[in-house]
This record gives sequence, C-alpha cells and structure tokens, in this order.
Amino acid sequence: MSKVVFHTIAKFLLLMLGVSLVTFVLVSLSPIDPVQANVGQAAYLNMSEAKRAQLAHYWGSGIPLWERYGSWLGDLLRGDMGMSLRYNAPVVEVIATRAVNSLALMGSAWVISGVLGFVLGITAGLWQNSIFDRLVKGYCFVLASVPTFWLGLIILMVFAVYLGWFPVGFSVPLGMSAADVGLGDALHHMALPALTLSVVGVANIALHTREKTVDVLESDYIRFACSRGLSRKQALLHHGLRNIALPALTLQCASLAEIFGGSVLVEEVFSYPGLGQAAVTAGLGGDVALLAGIALVSAALVFAGNMIANLIYGFIDVRMSLSQPCLANEGEKASHQLKSSISRDGRPQDGEVS
Amino acid sequence: MSDKNSLSHSQSHTDQEFHHHHLHASNSHHEHGAHLLQVEHLSVAFEMYDEDASFFQAKKRMVNVISDVNIAVHAGEIVAVVGASGSGKSLLADTILGIYEPNAQVSGTIWYEGIEQDARSLSQLRGHGISLVPQGVASLDPLMCVGKQVEGFGHPQSTRQARKKRRRELFSRYGLEESVAALYPHQLSGGMARRILLCCALMDDPRLIVADEPTPGLDLELAEQALSDFRDFANQGGGVMLITHDIELALHVADRVAVFYEGSIVEETAVSAFSSPELLEHEYSRALWHALPEHDFVGEAHISA
Repeated sequence: MSKVVFHTIAKFLLLMLGVSLVTFVLVSLSPIDPVQANVGQAAYLNMSEAKRAQLAHYWGSGIPLWERYGSWLGDLLRGDMGMSLRYNAPVVEVIATRAVNSLALMGSAWVISGVLGFVLGITAGLWQNSIFDRLVKGYCFVLASVPTFWLGLIILMVFAVYLGWFPVGFSVPLGMSAADVGLGDALHHMALPALTLSVVGVANIALHTREKTVDVLESDYIRFACSRGLSRKQALLHHGLRNIALPALTLQCASLAEIFGGSVLVEEVFSYPGLGQAAVTAGLGGDVALLAGIALVSAALVFAGNMIANLIYGFIDVRMSLSQPCLANEGEKASHQLKSSISRDGRPQDGEVS
Repeated sequence: MSDKNSLSHSQSHTDQEFHHHHLHASNSHHEHGAHLLQVEHLSVAFEMYDEDASFFQAKKRMVNVISDVNIAVHAGEIVAVVGASGSGKSLLADTILGIYEPNAQVSGTIWYEGIEQDARSLSQLRGHGISLVPQGVASLDPLMCVGKQVEGFGHPQSTRQARKKRRRELFSRYGLEESVAALYPHQLSGGMARRILLCCALMDDPRLIVADEPTPGLDLELAEQALSDFRDFANQGGGVMLITHDIELALHVADRVAVFYEGSIVEETAVSAFSSPELLEHEYSRALWHALPEHDFVGEAHISA
C-alpha cells in the first residue's frame, strides 16, 4: 500500500516538473515580446531607451531560460509561486480569486454533463434503434464535431442577444459593487457558459454509456436474469447499472481535462473571469509565472481526477479492489518463480550448446 | 391438443408405442394427462441480408435456424437434446423460455402442462415454472455477491426473509457453506459455480428445468455430480431438458434422447434405442452411435474412404 502511495507521489512530482518545464520552454520560444505586448505598440515607440531597458528588466526578458526556470523553481520549492507581472499581484492570489469562478463553472458543467450523459446513454441503449435512440445519437454526433467556441457564440447570440434572457458576459453585473452581488446574480451570469460546457461534454459520456448498455444487455448475465422472470428494464436496474457505471465514471473523471480545455475557450467567448481567461492573458502577455502557475494547478486537477477514478474503481469493481492483495501477490510471486526457473534452465542449455 | 384429448391419450398408448413423434422411456409419465412441455412444428427464422448478393444490392431474406422441431418433456424424466455445437440448440432453449431476438420470426405451438402458450404467457413462465440452468459463471453478474443473486429479484411477492431462508436451505442441500453467499462470481471454483447456478434455478421452484450445456469445463466427477442433481430433480417429479453436445453424457443420464441435426430434431427416442444401431431411425443418429468410443468408431472413416 505504502508503495502505491510513494509511486503516486513520485509520479505527481515528475508531472509537475515536466509541465512547468514545458511551459517555460514554450514561453521562451514564443515570438511575443512581453514588454511590447504589455505596454502597447504606440507607447513603446514613444518610450525613451532608458524606460525600455527598465521595463525589459521588469519583465525579465534577456535572462536565459535556465536561469529563469531555476530561480522560479527555487522559489516554488520555498512555497512562493512568484508575482504575476500582468496582474501585478502574487500568482497565488490571482489563481485563487479566479479559481472560485472557474471551479463553480467547471463543477456544474461536469456534474450536469455526467448525469445527463449517463441517463441519455442508458435510455438510448435500452431502446436501441428507437426514435429516441436515433435522436440521442444524432445529437451526440453533431455535438462531438462542433467546436466549443462556435457553440458558445451561437448560444450567446440566441440566449443573450436575441432573446435577452441572460447577460452577454462577465461573472457579475456591470457597475455593481462586489458586496451587492448575490448568488442569483452569479448563477445568472454562469448559466450560459455552464450550458455550453455541459452540452459539449454530454456527447462523449452518452455515446460511451449507450455502447456499454447495449453490450451489457446482450451479456449472458442479463439473459440469465431475464430467464428468471425479470424484464429487460428490471434486469438492467438490478444487474446493469453497476457494470455500466464503471466506464462512465472513468470517462467522467478523465473528462476533467477536456472540460478544463473547453473552459478556456468558453471563458474567452463569454468574457468570464476564470482561470482559462487568465491563462490566455498570461500566454499572450508573456507572464510566465502566472502561466506556469495555472498550468500546474490544471495539471494537478486532472491528475486528481484520474486518481479518483482509480480509487472509485476499487470500490465499484470488486475484481480490482485491494481487499484481496494476497491473491495478486501470489500471482506475482508465481510469475516471478516461473521467470527465475526459466533463466536457471536457460543457462545450462547455453552451456550445452557451446 | 385439447384438454379432453390429452386426458384420454394417456390411457391410449403404452410405453413403447410411438406417439407424438416420440417413444417413451420407462419413467416418462403423463401427469394430469398431459406432457409437462410439448413443442410442435416450432420454427425460428431470422431476417438477414442475402450473403451471396453484393453489399449494396443485398436484399433481406428469412433464414431458418430452427425448422419444424417437435419435442416433448414428461414429468419425471430427463430429455437430452444432443447436437453439434452451433446447430441452434441454445436458440431452442431461448425460444422455449420466450426470449426472442427482435428480428426473429417464430412459428409453431408450445404447450406447458397441457395449456397452449403464446409469447406473452411463455415469458410469464420464465422463473415461474420454467427455469434455465446456464452454462457457466458468465451468467452471473460479476459485480454482485452470489447470495443476493441466488435470492434473485423476480419474485417481489415473497419477502426477502423468505427468499433468504430458501436460499440457505438450498445452500445446505448442495453443500455450499454460508460464507459462499458473500463471494463474488470470480471467486467461485468451477464446482461451486455449477451449484450456485442450479440453486438460482431451484430458488424459483420450477417444474421444468432447461439446462443449456451445464457441464463443459467441469471434470468428470463434477459433471457426474451435476447430472445426478438433475436426476434427483426429475425423480421428484420435475422435468429436465438437458441440452448438450456430449452424446456419451446424454446416454449416461437421460431417459430419452432427441437428436438435433441442422436445426431440426431428426429423432426422439428412448435411451435404450441407442443399444443397437438397428433401433435408430435416422442416419445421423446412427452416425452418432458409431462415433461412440465403445463402438467401432470408424463410421466417419468408412464414409471418407
């Protein structure tokens, strides 16, 4: 058990190291000059040489990649994620305020798409080839091939511009002081981006769940349950749900990455001040500390999602649970012995040949 | 067949007399004057695309998988349906249990205890009179402990307590420890799985058991035990339709044998008829007789030479 924990931690640290390194390398390769990008073209042209040099020093341009990465990594190990030059605030602070918005958005989209996808998938699978099934399949195929930002634009046009039911953007009403913003306002602003994200997320889960439902309904154990007097629906309820939930849960936990990626686009379309939008700003502005911070947080989130999927597997699928480690160990030992006996047999044979 | 007819026909023939396409064995009897199960002119066809035509021109056509099957099971006997793998035997089991694929076309008549059945009433008999004993552990839900599965969900009118009590009785009768109830299917040994599947069927108190290849994968000792369990069930007045590809096994335990060949039952006869090939009507049955190890075992060699 402790071996598993150790492995997981080691993997996590390696992942963090890799993600941050890639972020730094990509930013250093980026053609964007942070000084120009942040000051603006006109201001930069009218700027004195001394001012330019001062700004270049502030943005750290000209310092070699390894030196920057080394000092950032050193700070990180001491618990300091650095300053966001673009927002002129500590990276931790910027991420914390934006993560609240993003997590609310992604969380609701994640739950809605998961539940809706699961229900649609099971219903479609149960009545395979019915009109309902065809509608669900058609819906999923269309959505799976629609770009998220385009769908966001359409939803924005229909519900915010033409119908006027929802605000066009931002997470709070314009011109309202933060203290006056109620939960209702926040939800009202979150509705459209959350809708866009969930509608896109449904397709994947629904199609996979449908396929698994069809498989399970054709299985021997459902046939046997039916032969004992259960209807197909009852058999699916008693013997199918757990078996179908397995792939759905894996997908659902793995889909965190996709939802995160989708949220970057959706937050841009809806001007929603979340992590995704901050990532775009940081990337375009050469704010490497903030970008690396966001990359770390999102990688950690996806890592956590996959790890949770692994843990849930153990609870749901008794065949994989750790409650019978003796069996697994015996198997390992047996194969080990087999290998060693083969190598022992191998040597004298070699001797004979030579 | 009307009830009146069936009442009279039990008196109208003796054991060795040919009636309803079959010969009786010594312990075949007509309880309440009717067969426990009687199937007449049963055909199952599937709508399929013509395989000979090219992909875009293929028309749908009906393909007969089972054609004109007649078979009867009496109370107190084991009837073995013997045929090669893939000849449609399992489909016969499904059809008797009223489990149809959506593209199947079924015709024929099935009587259960002298009453003519339709698709609806057959499906109501599943688990309430006719029970299936499937082939193996794959027929158990892999994620549910077996005790709960044996107790089942098909009888909402009986309380959980009552079902649990019945399950305990069955477990002790078949030498399964109470701790087995908490195991999952993948933890069962072959012999345990077989008894669990039998317990599943017996839990529902059937009159007729349809056993679909219940012995492959079991060693001889376990297979014999399985068959003696079916024998006990038949001796207590139940009927068993044992579907198998193993003619030796069938002759060993069954009272009567129905030879299944190319989707049809070519001969339905008492086991005693297999004592000599002259007593067998159909050429395929005789080929089966020759294929038995204690006989000349050259039937095929003769044909190929």
